[in-house]
Amino acid sequence: MLLRVPAAYRTDDCLPWVLPVVKKVEKLIVEDSSLNHEYLPILGLPEFRSASSKVALGDDCSAIKDNRVGGVQALGGTGALRIGAEFLRRWYNGVNNTATPVYVSAPTWENHNSVFADAGFKDIRPYHYWDAANRGLDLAGLLDDLEKAPEHSIFVLHACAHNPTGTDPTQEEWKKISEIMKRRNLFVFFDSAYQGFASGSLDKDAWAIRYFVSEGFELFVAQSFSKNFGLYNERVGNLTIVAQDGENLTRILSQMEKIVRTTWSNPPSQGARIVSKTLNCPELFAEWKGNVKTMADRVLLMRDQLKGKLQALNTPGTWEHITQQIGMFSFTGLNPKQVEFMIKERHVYLMASGRINMCGLTSSNIDYVAQSIHDAVTKVQ
Amino acid sequence: MKRPDSKLNETEVKENGDAGGHLSVFTNVHTAAGSPEKRLLSAFKKDTNPGKAYLAGREYYSEDGKTFELRLVRRIKQQLSADPTTRPEYPSPLGLTEFTRRATEVALGKSSRAIVEERVLGVQTPGFTAAVRLGAELLRNWYDHCAAWCGPVYLSSPCDDSLAGIFQAAGIQDIREYYYWDDQQRGVCLDKLLEDLEKAPERSVVVLSASAHYPTGADLSHNQWAVITELIMRRRLFPFLLLPPQALCYGNVEREAWPVQYCASQGMELLCAQSFSHCFGLYGEAVGHLLCVLKQNSLLLSVQSQAATIVKSLWAQPSAGGANIVATVLSNPAHVVEWKEEVKHIVERCMLIRELLRERLRLLGAPGCWDRLTQQSGLYCNTGLNEDQVEFLSQRRHVYLLPSGCLNVSAINGRNLDYIAESIHRALTTSL
Repeated sequence: MLLRVPAAYRTDDCLPWVLPVVKKVEKLIVEDSSLNHEYLPILGLPEFRSASSKVALGDDCSAIKDNRVGGVQALGGTGALRIGAEFLRRWYNGVNNTATPVYVSAPTWENHNSVFADAGFKDIRPYHYWDAANRGLDLAGLLDDLEKAPEHSIFVLHACAHNPTGTDPTQEEWKKISEIMKRRNLFVFFDSAYQGFASGSLDKDAWAIRYFVSEGFELFVAQSFSKNFGLYNERVGNLTIVAQDGENLTRILSQMEKIVRTTWSNPPSQGARIVSKTLNCPELFAEWKGNVKTMADRVLLMRDQLKGKLQALNTPGTWEHITQQIGMFSFTGLNPKQVEFMIKERHVYLMASGRINMCGLTSSNIDYVAQSIHDAVTKVQ
Repeated sequence: MKRPDSKLNETEVKENGDAGGHLSVFTNVHTAAGSPEKRLLSAFKKDTNPGKAYLAGREYYSEDGKTFELRLVRRIKQQLSADPTTRPEYPSPLGLTEFTRRATEVALGKSSRAIVEERVLGVQTPGFTAAVRLGAELLRNWYDHCAAWCGPVYLSSPCDDSLAGIFQAAGIQDIREYYYWDDQQRGVCLDKLLEDLEKAPERSVVVLSASAHYPTGADLSHNQWAVITELIMRRRLFPFLLLPPQALCYGNVEREAWPVQYCASQGMELLCAQSFSHCFGLYGEAVGHLLCVLKQNSLLLSVQSQAATIVKSLWAQPSAGGANIVATVLSNPAHVVEWKEEVKHIVERCMLIRELLRERLRLLGAPGCWDRLTQQSGLYCNTGLNEDQVEFLSQRRHVYLLPSGCLNVSAINGRNLDYIAESIHRALTTSL
């Protein structure tokens, strides 16, 4: 039994899910004989880029109206992060300044380190995030790191559904973070891989991004449509750039194009067309939101049920964090020995960190999993 | 930094975030000079002349002036979209196994000793550029274990102007040229080529076009390959072969892969970047492949793991769509026959256009010998026009060629052939 499935959604039958709206749109695309089959422009499909940025920043975002928002289509969230990192290394805080510190949360998605390191940054540091003792956000530690970070340091922030802890700052906490970052001239680089997937609401999941934009930050958002469209295999991502003004944006995009040209040159069109068609058509957009909510609701249900069962079993400890955390992952709080017990004795596979993929839980295995966690906690110290 | 005026509501985000009042963090960013191709395309788009013709594109254009979908590909796309068993999952970082298997066979031939001896690695990449980038990164990481190797890399003169940038992006700064196209001979000058490579330091990487050289269309003969590979082996250079529009030269997949097979048969270690965009009409799908032929099977796993590490922070996994289509075609003999037929039409049309153009130019009395137009094959040909003449063509005749005087023959069709031939004639005869 895998609770360590790759970061992909699974249905209650533990199968990957093709979103109904995606199936519908794929068919429309295949049958569309008016489509041209040329290389996409280097920066990607224009209607995809604008629709993607809009979905992150909101329909009535003033930055969009001011024409200072641009997008670069990329190969998934990873591609978007990489292009953004390559750009920052070349053009941010001087020219080709590889010494600019890059801060990633402790813990974070393991690939964050490699992406920034391979883009040339020499100084990648952790910022306090997870408080293991209290199973929550280490706000004091985080704020302290922000205060102490050298000016112009880059901070990689998870827009929602923090990977791997599932623990997000509250709106009040985000405001505190923003205040310090603005005062200390720190650069905001959001990683947004779960918009819609976390709470079921696109707007709610984008609150942090939109708040920072409204506070006047120039920032990057690496967006992935792998999870919320179920398009893992088509590698659909977008790097949204919020610049100070249109002129800055033009210059930035020209350099982005140069970077893309030496990486993959022309991105693949299939996934971008699906997302673009969906986001730009009101009916399909509504249908998609429904599909996304279906996925989010299932995960929320599993969280609720898992917590309920653990409480019913009187499993020692508090289990509030299971429903307080959000998104695909949960840091259970199980220690490495308990994790080993789960794997060896109960054949429930989770990460050594105690992270489980909530999508691996189903109505048929949840009792077994809850019982196994109970046994692990009571039998193993 | 000005603070927004009105109070912020708990649940709604104020929408007049003010970015004014301070310097942008990106003030130092200057506008990148667009690539020559981009500037050319931009000029073409602004050109309002109704007779304008763009002959500098990368794709194959059919008679109606548009890129098109192979009938077979269209059918397979429909089949795949109706397939209830396809599951959306992350592909492996190195790509679809069936695709890399077929892509490898198409380059090396099924019975290649290198394949049998399991010293070949195939990696699916999102397009041709990505394949070259991955190869460049691999070379930099692996070529010299003791110290990071950083070049030199030798590119043909002329070559695709994005190649240098790709190697540089991978951290290799020392990029040099070797003599390739000779204006006088209107073809490859082997002597000068060999002279340049003879001087190359050991372990230099030499980038060679296996077929359909871009942008000249001039390819090396079998004899020339034999001489060059002998030099490469003797001087311990490393060959990086390019095979972008495979099958579009002669309509014969094996024939165009011959240089790759020849090098492999000589026991050489090599990299080969392939693209399936042209021969499947899948430009928008970014279907590329990097082939690594190693000397020993024992190196395979470490190279594989190195490739996976590099891919992980570049694009994580390649996109599945196009590779699926190619794999579906290449693993089905009936499909392969049908595919080759459609490709043959493309190739024949290109040949026909070359012949027609040659005839027109001859009839107009355009100076020069135009036999080379039909001696070379594939999408591109070098007209021999110099920079001034090329500029004359775009400015005065609204016919756009690459700055090197090369053009994409497929963009010529029944409607514009006469005008283009006339324009070339004028460019050659008008004193500039």
